[in-house]
Amino acid sequence: MLKLPVYLDNNATTPCDPRVVETMLPYFTEIFGNASSRNHSYGWAAEAAIDLAREQVAALIGADPKEIIFTSGATEGDNLALKGVFEMYADKGNHIITTEIEHKAILDTCKHLEKLGASITYLKVNREGFPDLKELEAAITPKTIMVAIMYANNEIGVINPIREISALAKKHGVLMMSDITQAAGKVPVDVNRDGIDLATFSAHKIYGPKGVGALYVRRKSPRVKIIAQIDGGGHERGMRSGTLNVTGIVGFGKACEIIFQEMETEGKRLSILRNKLEAALLQLEESYVNGSTANRLPHVSNISFKYVEGDALMMGFNKNIALSSGSACTSASPEPSYVLKGLGLGDDLAHSSLRFGLGRFTTEEEIDFTIQTVTDTVNKLRTISPLWEMFKEGADMTEYY
Amino acid sequence: MSYSEKILDYYNNPRNAGSLDKTNACVGTGLVHVPEYIEVIRLQIQVNPATSVITDAKFKTFGSGAAIAVSSLATEWLKWKTLDEAAQIDDMYLVEELDLPPAKIHCATLVEEAIKAAINDYRTKNGLEELKFEEVETGFEA
Repeated sequence: MLKLPVYLDNNATTPCDPRVVETMLPYFTEIFGNASSRNHSYGWAAEAAIDLAREQVAALIGADPKEIIFTSGATEGDNLALKGVFEMYADKGNHIITTEIEHKAILDTCKHLEKLGASITYLKVNREGFPDLKELEAAITPKTIMVAIMYANNEIGVINPIREISALAKKHGVLMMSDITQAAGKVPVDVNRDGIDLATFSAHKIYGPKGVGALYVRRKSPRVKIIAQIDGGGHERGMRSGTLNVTGIVGFGKACEIIFQEMETEGKRLSILRNKLEAALLQLEESYVNGSTANRLPHVSNISFKYVEGDALMMGFNKNIALSSGSACTSASPEPSYVLKGLGLGDDLAHSSLRFGLGRFTTEEEIDFTIQTVTDTVNKLRTISPLWEMFKEGADMTEYY
Repeated sequence: MSYSEKILDYYNNPRNAGSLDKTNACVGTGLVHVPEYIEVIRLQIQVNPATSVITDAKFKTFGSGAAIAVSSLATEWLKWKTLDEAAQIDDMYLVEELDLPPAKIHCATLVEEAIKAAINDYRTKNGLEELKFEEVETGFEA
C-alpha cells in the first residue's frame, strides 16, 4: 500500500533511520552524562560514546577523528568556518572567493563578513551550474585567504570539480573550504583526495537527527586554525564551546556508519529510480532538466515544466506528494530560485521548476505514482494556461517573459 | 501558504476554463500581464448584441492556484450580467469572496483589468468607443 503523501524532499531533510533512533535511545535516559565530566562513570560513558561517533563521522569523509568539531548543524559549521578563518587570518588578508549559487548559510555569512571589512568574490556559474576555473584562479589575489565552494548543490544536485578547485587554491596557498552537506554519504567524499581544508555537514540530511553536524578542520599540511565563535568552556579543542549533544552526536555517528556502508548500493538504486522518474517526466513536451546531468548526485532531479507555474503545480498534488518548487511565491513579487537564476534560466523556466529529492525510503511504487500524478497535473494546468495555448499557436511570447 | 477552501475548490474544479472564438464579433477578449508579476490572465466574454447580456465567459490563466481560482470565479460572475453590470465588478469583491491572502490580492486586480479589457475589446469590435474606467479608491494596496 502506498503511504501518502510520498516524500520527495530528501534534500531538505530526511527521516531518522530506525537503526539510528535505536542507537540513540539509551543516551536520553541511562547514559545521560556530560562528556566533560571527568570524575565519574556517567561522564566516562558519554565520552566513550562521543569518541566512537567522532571516528564514525571522520571515517565517512576520510578524516582523522581529531579533525572533527561537532556543531549544531551545517549552518553553524559554515558560520564557524567563514568567520573563524576570516578572524584568524586577518593578518594575511580579507578576501574570500565563493559562488553565486552557494547555500544561504554561506552567502548570508559572507554578507555579514562584508560589513566587517571582508572582500568577497561571488563567481558566476554557467548553465550547467559550474564556476569557470580560469575566472576562479584569476580572482585569487595576495589578500585571498579562502575559497569556499560547495561540493554539490542543494537545488540541482550538481557536483563541482572539487579536486580541480582545491588544486588551484593550494597552488596559491589559499585555504579550501567546502560545504559538503548534500554530498557526504551520497557520493564518496575524501578530504585528502579532494584537497579540502575545512568541510561542513549535518546529520539530518543523512537519516540522522536534526540539530547536530560537524566541521572538519585540517590538522596537517596545512594546519588550519580558526577562532571560536561560541566561547565558554573550551570544548571541541577550544573551537566550539558548549556541552556536547551526546544523544545527537551518537545518532550522527551511527547515521554516518550506515550511510558509508550502504553508499554504493544505495547510490545505484537511487540513480535507477531517479533516471526512471526523469525519463518519464521528460516525455512531457517543453520539460527540461536544470543543471548538469553528467556530474550529479544520484538522488536529485530538478525539472522545469514550461508554461505552468511551480506553485500552482504543487497545489495540484501537495496532498499526495511532498517536494519543493523553485518558485517561492510567498510574497506578491515572486522571486524565483536564485540558484536557477544563477544558471541563467529565464523566469519562464525558473518559475516552473520542481525539485525531486529521492531518499533511502523511496520505493519504485512511489516513483510510478509520482510520474502519473505530476504528468496529469502538468497536462491539466496546461489546458488552462494561456501561455501554453499561445506556444501551441506559435505566437510571439517575448512580452511575457 | 494555506489557501481558503473556496480557492482550493476553484483550483481543483475550475469553472469555465477554456476559449471562445476571438475572431467572433460577439466575443470580447481581455489578456492581462504586467511585468511586476508572473501571472498571465485571459478572460473572454460572449455578448448578445441585442441585449448587451454576457451569455458565456471563459478563462485561461498562468499563475498560482489563487490566480486560477479568482479568474474562474470572475467568469461565473460575468455570466448573465449586462456589460454595464460587468463593468462594476470590483477586485475587492473578488478578494473578499475567496479570502485571498495579502500576497495574492494583485491577482484580483489583474482579473478586474482583464474584465475591463474584455468589455472594451467587445466595444471596439462593434464600433463603440472604449469605456474609461476611473480608479476606485479602496484603501487597499495590492
